[in-house]
Order: sequence, then C-alpha cells, then structure tokens
Amino acid sequence: MHGCVLSKGLWAVLVLAGAAALVRPALAGHGQEEAWRKGNSKAAGLQHCVMPTEWMRRHHMELIKRERTLTVHEGIRKERYSLAGCVNCHVQYDAAHKPIAINSEGQFCDVCHEYAGASLDCFQCHARVPTPETDYGAHAEKGE
Amino acid sequence: MSKTTDQPDQDRRAFIGKAAGALAAATLAPGVFLHVTADAAYRQEPVTSKVRWGMLIDTQRCANGCTACVDACNHENGMDLLVKPEGLSDDMWDQQIPRWIRKVKVQDRATGVAANLPMLCQHCEYPPCVDVCPTGASFRRADGIVMVDRHTCIGCRYCMMACPYKARSFIHEVVEHKPTIAPRGRGCVESCNFCVQRRDSGGTTTACQDACDREGHKAIVFGDLNDPASDLWQALRKHPSRQIRADLRLNTGVRYSGV
Amino acid sequence: MKKTYFSEWRIESPRYWSILALLAAVVAIGGLAALYMEHEGHWVTGMTNQVVWGTPHVFAIFLIVAASGALNVASIGSVFEKKIYKPLAPLSGLLAIALLVGGLLVLVLDLGRPERLIVAMTTYNFKSIFAWNIFLYTGFMAIVAVYLWLMMEHKMNPYSKPAGLLAFVWRLALTTGTGSIFGFLVARDAYDTALLAPMFIIMSFSYGLAIYLLVLLFTFNLEGRPLGEAVVRRLKNLLGVFVAAVLFFTLIYHLTYLYMTGKHELEAFVLLHGGIYTQVFWVGEVLIGGLLPLAILYHPALGRERGWIAGACAAVIIGGFSKLYVIVIGGQAFPIQMFPGMKVLESGFYDGLVAPYAPSLPEVLLGLGGIGVALAATLVGIRVLRFLPQSLADEVVDPQAA
Repeated sequence: MHGCVLSKGLWAVLVLAGAAALVRPALAGHGQEEAWRKGNSKAAGLQHCVMPTEWMRRHHMELIKRERTLTVHEGIRKERYSLAGCVNCHVQYDAAHKPIAINSEGQFCDVCHEYAGASLDCFQCHARVPTPETDYGAHAEKGE
Repeated sequence: MSKTTDQPDQDRRAFIGKAAGALAAATLAPGVFLHVTADAAYRQEPVTSKVRWGMLIDTQRCANGCTACVDACNHENGMDLLVKPEGLSDDMWDQQIPRWIRKVKVQDRATGVAANLPMLCQHCEYPPCVDVCPTGASFRRADGIVMVDRHTCIGCRYCMMACPYKARSFIHEVVEHKPTIAPRGRGCVESCNFCVQRRDSGGTTTACQDACDREGHKAIVFGDLNDPASDLWQALRKHPSRQIRADLRLNTGVRYSGV
Repeated sequence: MKKTYFSEWRIESPRYWSILALLAAVVAIGGLAALYMEHEGHWVTGMTNQVVWGTPHVFAIFLIVAASGALNVASIGSVFEKKIYKPLAPLSGLLAIALLVGGLLVLVLDLGRPERLIVAMTTYNFKSIFAWNIFLYTGFMAIVAVYLWLMMEHKMNPYSKPAGLLAFVWRLALTTGTGSIFGFLVARDAYDTALLAPMFIIMSFSYGLAIYLLVLLFTFNLEGRPLGEAVVRRLKNLLGVFVAAVLFFTLIYHLTYLYMTGKHELEAFVLLHGGIYTQVFWVGEVLIGGLLPLAILYHPALGRERGWIAGACAAVIIGGFSKLYVIVIGGQAFPIQMFPGMKVLESGFYDGLVAPYAPSLPEVLLGLGGIGVALAATLVGIRVLRFLPQSLADEVVDPQAA
C-alpha cells in the first residue's frame, strides 16, 4: 500500500515534468517577447499575424517549407505567407527609422530561436530587412 | 453538476462554434488588413507549360564595347551589392564573382567577320545541368525557366561542370546585402533565371532587354516561344537564327541570329 | 588446404602510437582547413567559377578509385579462386573501406553547404550519376563489411564466395559510376567519352593494388612478419600488367582524339603547350606513373628488391594523382569550345582562354586529411582486429609454388 502511494507520486512528478517540458517551448523567451512587443514593428501592435500566434510558434517551419516550394517551383510569390511578408511586418526600426536586420540579436527571430537553440540559416540568403519590390531598397541599405 | 444524459450538449456546441468563428475573424481580419495592398498581377495559380520563355539575340545589332545588359542584370539581381572579401586579390575576385550574363566578341577565322553577343543561361529544353544535379535542386520550371532551388542545393558544382555555356556561378563568399527578389548566399549555385521575379508578377520584359532597348540597340527580344502573337515568335520567323552548340541537341530557349 | 592464421599487428606500442599521432595531426589539420573553407566560403581556395573542382577533388577521386581497386586482391581470391590470394583478402577489404571513407570525407567537406549532406541523402534526382554514386558508395561499404565478416567468421566461410562475387560486381559498378561522372558530360572536350568509365576501372586496378602492396610491405616489414617472394612476385607482376593497361587506355584516348580534327586543340593543349598540364601529363602521368614503374617491376634485378618495388608503387601513386590532375583540372582549364571555327576576341568571362588555377593551402590540407583518415583507419583496423595473416612465407602460402 505504502509503495503504491509513493510510485503514484513519482508518476505524478514525471508526468508533470514531461508536460512542463512540452509546454515550456511555447512560453519561450516570454520576458524578451514582452520587451519586443513594445517595439515599433508593424506586428508588435497586432494580436495575431497571418495565423494564430501559438500555431505559428509550433508550425511556422512547415509553412515556410510549403511556401518555398510554391514560390520556387510554381511561381506563386506575393502570398499572405511569404517570407518577405514576414520580414516586412516583423522587422523593427531604429531611431533613424532604418530597419534593423530581423535575425540580429534581440530581434524577432532571435527572441525564440536563441532560447530554443535552433540555428537559423534563412537569412544567409534571404533579405533581412524589407526592400521595396523593385529592390532598389537593397542598394539603399548598402549605402549606394 | 454531473451529466445524466449522453446527448451532446447543444449549448456547449453553440459556444464553441461562436468562439471558433470569432477566432477565425480575429485571425483573418489582420491578414486582410495587412495584405489588402497585394498586387493583383502576381500569379495565383502554379505555372504551366503553356508558356515557354525564350529569347532571340540579334548579334548584328549588339554593339561593340556596350555592356548595358550586363550592368542592368547586375543591378536588378543584386550582384552589384557583393563586396570583395578582404585579403582576396582582384584577379581571383574577378574569377569568383557571379555572372549571369556576359559579353563575348567572336570572329570567323576564315572570313574575319566579327560579331558581338551576350552569353547567358540558354534555358535548354534538355538541360545537362538538370540531368546531373544529385538532389534535383537544378530544375526546369514548367514555363521553361532553368534555375536552381537553393533550398536544396548542396553546392557540389556538378551542374557547373556540366553546363556547355559556362552559365552558372557559385557563391564563394558570405553575402551581406541581399535583395528580396534575388536571395543569394554562400555555398550555392545560381544562374540567369529570365528575371523570374518579373515573370511571376506580371512583368513582360527582362532587365537585359530593357537596358538594350534604352541604349537604342534593341538586340534582345524576350518573350513567349509558344505565343504566335508575341514579338519573339514573329522575330524568329522573320530572320534565320541558330542555337549555340546546336549539335548537342539541347533545344535551347535562347537563339542567336547573325553569327 | 592449410588453415591460415591471422593476428593483430603487434609493432611496439611507442612506435604505433607515434605513427597514429602523426596521422591524427594530419587529420586534425585537414579538419581545420575544412572548417575554414566552410566558414569563410570558397573564396579562400583556388577554385573559381571556371575551375570549379580543384585539388580536393583530385585527392577524393583518387582515394575513391583506389578504394574499389584495393578490393581486387580479395576478389581474385574469392571470385577467381586463386588460393594464394585468400590470406590477403581481409586486409584488402579493410583498405577498400578505409580509402573510400577517406575519399568521401574530402568530397563532402568540400561541398558548398556540407551541412546539407542530409538533403543529399534524402532527396534524389535519379538521372544524376552522383545520386547513384551515393548508393554505390554506401552500398559498397556495407557489402564489403559483410564480406569481411563472412571471411573472418569461420562458420560463414562458404558464403564468402557469393559475397565476394557481389562485391566484385558492385565495385565495377562503383568505378563505372565514378568514371561516368566525367564521361556523361557533353560540355567539355576532354570528357564526353564512353572510354572514361572503363579507363577508371583500369586505373582503380592499378592504384588500388599499388597502395595495397605498399601497405603490405610496410606493415609486414615493420613488424618482421614473414613475407615470401611468391606473394610479392605475384603482386608486383600483376601491378605491372595494370600499369601497362592504364598506359594503353591513355594511348587509345589520345590516339583517338589526335585522329579527330575537332579535338586537335585539346590534344595540342594537353600534349604540347598546356604549361603545367603538359608537364604533369608527360612527367607525372606517363614517365613516373607509367614507364618508370614498368621498368622497375619487370627489371630482372630491381624487380626482386623490395625497396625498389615499394618505390615503383609510390611512382604509380604519383602517376595516379598526375593523371587525375590532368583529367579533372586540365579538363576544366581548357576553354569550352562554344564557337567552333571562330576566335574569341573579347569576353566578359574569359571565354576562349585557358582558365588559371593554382592549388591553395586549404585544399591541399583537406586532401591530405582524407589520406590521413584512410591510413589511420587501416592501421587501427589491423592493430585491433585480426586482419593480417601471421605468415606469408613461401612454404605457408603455396607449398606447390615454383
């Protein structure tokens, strides 16, 4: 009887720990997120972006993978889920109203990814700041 | 309060239904707000092979010493944003920078007649670069554009070995400034994609064609090889033209006249 | 048939560990070079948009080609049932796997995005010979591992013959696949020939056996294990045949191209005025890699001296690197002939000009690292496992041998 109660307690602890481990990523960087929400990106003022926030946190990579096939192989570009759309909305601006690279420290991507320890290589190739469709904005960013 | 019946709770269902509706509205509304300015010219359906993009280059109109097409391509596709890594010699940098289009001047050994022409990816119907890519990153899109899916490219450069036109470029350095329309990063291979960002947003020309027209030479005609109403179709039927390395039977999308 | 006894390689510990330490240092430096290349990008190498495959590929292809050839010794024992080769088989299998691993490491670490190897192993375009090669290479390692086990596990010995046959056919497919990497390309004058696949097979016979013989001589000599003339004579004569065969294939390749007017520019480049490529061809490939080993191996006096035989093996290896340098790099340096009958006056990207290339330090270090891995794996293997026959003295291997 005694042993039965102890093992039940142990199970409870294990289940709680497991649940906490599952739930923690969803609370990732909560403090930093609050700080970011006070920032001046377009998204900061919104409750949800193109999908509910919790869904995005778990599934944004699936969305990105689907998008990249649509864009590269099927030529469908200006879509609600495009990467450029994400950057446009989630990027913050500095005092001189210049956009700050979205994957730099303390910015949108870094807030969760640094905590989760998942490295990000999208922006090795993709633009880190919004550039207008003609992309002469990229030249302006460089200072030409 | 314990349930004494096994009938579904209708009140509960109604509440969940309303909540879902509200959530959907809350989800969609900001999306609608953010994207209400989406350009209607952007493609909504996948590309099909109804269109085959191609080009005719009139080498007799191509001007000696002019590099307008090259400069325009470099600007449009962000090559002019690349910075030489510190410690690299100019000579090596020149060998390693990406070039989607280049000018070549050739002379017939027997007759001495010379011709100028831009050389770029020929967008073959049977591209050797697509055949050899181990991951399928190098592919031919339904509308004939031969390009690299750089999400899948592992940087093996086999396609560069295979290309009969030396059209492909490898990115040898970390890239700092990248345009949205032409992502580019260390370790992958790229080549002319017929200004695909314009193809997918309702554009009808390429940067090189626009530049050549601006200079007044009008040596480059870009268009749909399958469309009898296009300038390209009519130009191809007016003047004899040929494919470079036609003996390879690759059925290129780019053709040259006057050489 | 007398039972062969195998034992671990038992040279003195300090000597073993110092050899291993040296190899480990070579491997570590190679690893650092790979990290440097991956972090900075390929601008730190001599490879460009014209010569896209450089020194690492010369090393990698040599190791891969030699790997399939190293298995030959075992195949002659299992498939062709020459009893005298049977004790030599386990080392042959081990060397084959070790050389292949070394070569593949160099190849993978040179990729523009080596972290995407997992993409390469899960996404395939089966029209590409590279995609097939991924299966051929990994399959080879698995098959040879099983083959080794069947050979070493006494109960399973009867099954080693079918496994040996499978391994033999598989390595022919593998080397065909490697040669076809170049043979399938229409773009460049030097490739685009069906001859390359069988030529690579003959090259593998030659380089693989040269490495095998060198490793055999070295390991037995260092430990003082008996190695009789019967085995050495057979192997060195066989090596001579393979070297001659490679020379023959080279001759046919060039004779054919010399006959074809359209290939005259290529031939003039390789044979006459290609600068470094001409020198490497004549001195490295033909002289050191072909004529010199033949002269040594078939010389009545020198062909009996172990030192000279080892020297001949080394010469064959140098010849192998030279041949691959001319094929891989020379083949890219020669300009693509886009406008036959025309002269290129100007070009925005070096059309019509010989592409410059010089091996850079990171490339060479990476290549050497691959060799280090192969050798280290072999030495550890023979130290820890019983792969070396206790004696290859004449009376032991073949009492009836003349």
